[in-house]
Amino acid sequence: MAADHAIERQSLPPDPQKATLEGRNKYLGFWFFLGGETVLFGTLFGTFLGLRSSTEGGPTAQDLFHLDLVFIMTMILLTSSLTSVFAVINMKRGNHKKLILWMAGTVILGAAFLGFEIYEFVVYYNYGLGFTVSAFASSFYTLVGTHGAHVAFGVGWITTLLIRYRKGGITLSNAPKFYTAVLYWHFIDVVWVFIFTVVYLLGVGG
Amino acid sequence: MSNSTASSKKSVLWDWLTTVDHKKIGIMYFFGGLFFFTIAGIEAMLMRIQLMFPEMGFLGEQTYNELLTMHGTTMLFLAAMPLFFGFMNFVMPLQIGARDVAFPFINSLGLWLFIFGGIILNISMLAGGAPDAGWTAYAPLSTTSPGNGVDFYVMGLQVAGAGTLMSAINFLVTIVNMRAPGMSMMRMPLFTWTTFVTSMLILFAFPALTIGLLLLMMDRVFGGAFFDTAMGGNVVIYQHIFWIFGHPEVYILILPAFGIFSEIISTFAKKRLFGYSAMVFATMIIGFLGFMVWAHHMFTVGMGPVANAIFAVATMAIAVPTGIKIFNWLLTLWGGRISFTVANLFALAFIPSFVLGGVTGVQLAMSAADYQFHDTYFVVAHFHYVIIGGSVFGIFAGTFYWWPKMFGYRLSESLGKWFFWLFLIGFHLTFFIQHFLGLIGMPRRVASYLDGQGFNEMNFISSMGAFLMAVAFILLVINVLISRKNTDNVQDPWDGRTLEWATTSPVQEYNFAQTPLIRDLDALWYEKMSGNGKMKAAEPLDEIHMPNGSILPIFIALGLSIAAFGVIYSAWFVIGAGLLLTFAMMFIRSIKEDHGYHIPVSEIKKDKGEG
Ligand code: HEM
Ligand SMILES: [Cu+2]
Repeated sequence: MAADHAIERQSLPPDPQKATLEGRNKYLGFWFFLGGETVLFGTLFGTFLGLRSSTEGGPTAQDLFHLDLVFIMTMILLTSSLTSVFAVINMKRGNHKKLILWMAGTVILGAAFLGFEIYEFVVYYNYGLGFTVSAFASSFYTLVGTHGAHVAFGVGWITTLLIRYRKGGITLSNAPKFYTAVLYWHFIDVVWVFIFTVVYLLGVGG
Repeated sequence: MSNSTASSKKSVLWDWLTTVDHKKIGIMYFFGGLFFFTIAGIEAMLMRIQLMFPEMGFLGEQTYNELLTMHGTTMLFLAAMPLFFGFMNFVMPLQIGARDVAFPFINSLGLWLFIFGGIILNISMLAGGAPDAGWTAYAPLSTTSPGNGVDFYVMGLQVAGAGTLMSAINFLVTIVNMRAPGMSMMRMPLFTWTTFVTSMLILFAFPALTIGLLLLMMDRVFGGAFFDTAMGGNVVIYQHIFWIFGHPEVYILILPAFGIFSEIISTFAKKRLFGYSAMVFATMIIGFLGFMVWAHHMFTVGMGPVANAIFAVATMAIAVPTGIKIFNWLLTLWGGRISFTVANLFALAFIPSFVLGGVTGVQLAMSAADYQFHDTYFVVAHFHYVIIGGSVFGIFAGTFYWWPKMFGYRLSESLGKWFFWLFLIGFHLTFFIQHFLGLIGMPRRVASYLDGQGFNEMNFISSMGAFLMAVAFILLVINVLISRKNTDNVQDPWDGRTLEWATTSPVQEYNFAQTPLIRDLDALWYEKMSGNGKMKAAEPLDEIHMPNGSILPIFIALGLSIAAFGVIYSAWFVIGAGLLLTFAMMFIRSIKEDHGYHIPVSEIKKDKGEG
């Protein structure tokens, strides 16, 4: 039961997320989960690559993509990874207040990214790229949309953590929870870097 | 602090609905699997009756297609896998000396997702049409199939599949992190090893299925164009995705059986498994190669001779580690003091039956020859040989072997032998002859055949064999019902070698009063030979921390199922309501701190008969 009480800064072990068996289980289980997620996105990427030139007379990537918008989105998401790194550093230092603050920053940046993505989809839709227009359209929305759904889930997840642990301190039971959320966040950032390259850069470059 | 007595006030039903005990979850997986095995078996019998005579009018063509699809899908996803999951859940933590699995809550969630997924799939028959596009659901057959049948297939498998993935992660973490002191990876029993590799395969194969189903759903429900060639879609992509999942799936079904046979053969030959490390290695290599060969299901799709040749050779390579395993089992038997229990009879019958299935597998892997065999009864014969002669024999062997541990009584051996022989004869009668039916040209997945093509006699014999198997299965059910008084000698009836036989039967909720200390491979046998026959304790007797049960998993699974029905009937409101329920339950789960409870030393001593 000791795990529940806030632990004094000096008594927190250097890696609080891995100090208990429960924490180690979460940590390892999460890595396995990310392995499965890699296959999931790999399959979506494969499908997209197979269908990306099947526009069948509908709008093409060159017609649509504005790299400046996507570049801003990329920067937002990369920054949010950075803020989550600061959050973990503060977690290891036992600084609860800063942990919460940096995580909140991550959530805000994630929500901003989502806003831009919705805007992007609306613009494309108005330009004539409906989901049902071509195999390219279906595979584009499915790949990028699945990533977007992951971002939305991450925003909801971290928000729940922030509500639950806004007070109190860093404990051996909540440290693994923050840590896995941050791992997840890095993962969806990495996936986005691949989307940026494979979907947008290759799309515009031909 | 302790409220372990509080649980006894609640009803038995509530106890089972909320349990997070891996043993109870294992038992529920087992009975769920057995239930669906019966349903899928009835579907098989209906098909075999229809094929008994030429031009039969017993079933219509549409009905045949639906039965065919439901039989295959149910057998693979709702019968064979859950039955293995039952054993894995029950036995694996015991074999590594663990108190529990890594994520008890998620374990229960996985179970309920399987049950709800099975319900979704089977409700299709009442809701006006079961899926009819085969268990592979190839596009564009599946994307253009009218009605909602295929939607039920897609959503049922999506829900069940999510549960499978969670369980796999749970098993992996349990094995890596929760082994008792001294239980190094190279001292793990083979069944634990195959659970590990199987879980790896699930982890990397099921996400591909998730995407395949997602794409089908997009095309069918939301008007996507993935597999609509008029819109630039490509149906071969579906085949690749499906078999990237589908081929590993057959190893997911066979590796656990290999594990069970390894345990049983060494126990009943009274010898350490021959070539233990080679067996472990072969398991890993089979698991790896399982991912490299998927396109051997697509030789006739037009990939070209180079791709065909590569996949043919890769496929044949799997015969090497499999052969190593067969020889190691034979060498374990060699010179052993063999006792012919029912469990061991199934293990012994497995060897030649499976070898036959392996030989026809290599024949099918010759891509040029596959143009002849493809989609004939030769294929039906091949995969039933490996799937029944391997997986199902493994399940029956494991059933007789672990029954006393799981249920606290022994199944009758004499009735079991009747069951074994009838099933064995029925199995070979049904499927051996189908090789020849295929070679003379009877196509698979047809509801009937014409008179005068030379198919009549062989089809009749095949159906007779199926009846024998059905009779045998009824004997198994009778055995389960009438053997309940055989409660003597259940703790270690086979003079076992591994840790599950070191604890009581039925097993207390905390598995081991004290975590055992493992000193060698076949830990219990080692103590029997060099100790006092009991495991040494790795820790002093102390109170035990246990997780509380929870009703939330059922509601999470229910929410997802409601959302699935929303997708099937394209009702946005229902999708939203289902997801809302799911996320609300997940939110409660993460907000509410639940510390579980402790079992006091006095109670443990009472269980041990020392209080
Ligand atoms: C025990 C007795 C069994 C009988 C009599 C039986 C009979 C049949 C029959 C008649 C078919 C249809 C063949 C066709 O028309 O192409 C079939 C297909 C199939 N069976 Fe079985 N079966 C049995 C057990 C099993 C088991 C245990 C499994 C798996 C665990 C299984 C998996 C399949 C699969 C995957 C298909 C192919 C379905 C498809 O093509 O979509 N069967 N079986
Ligand atoms: Cu295969």
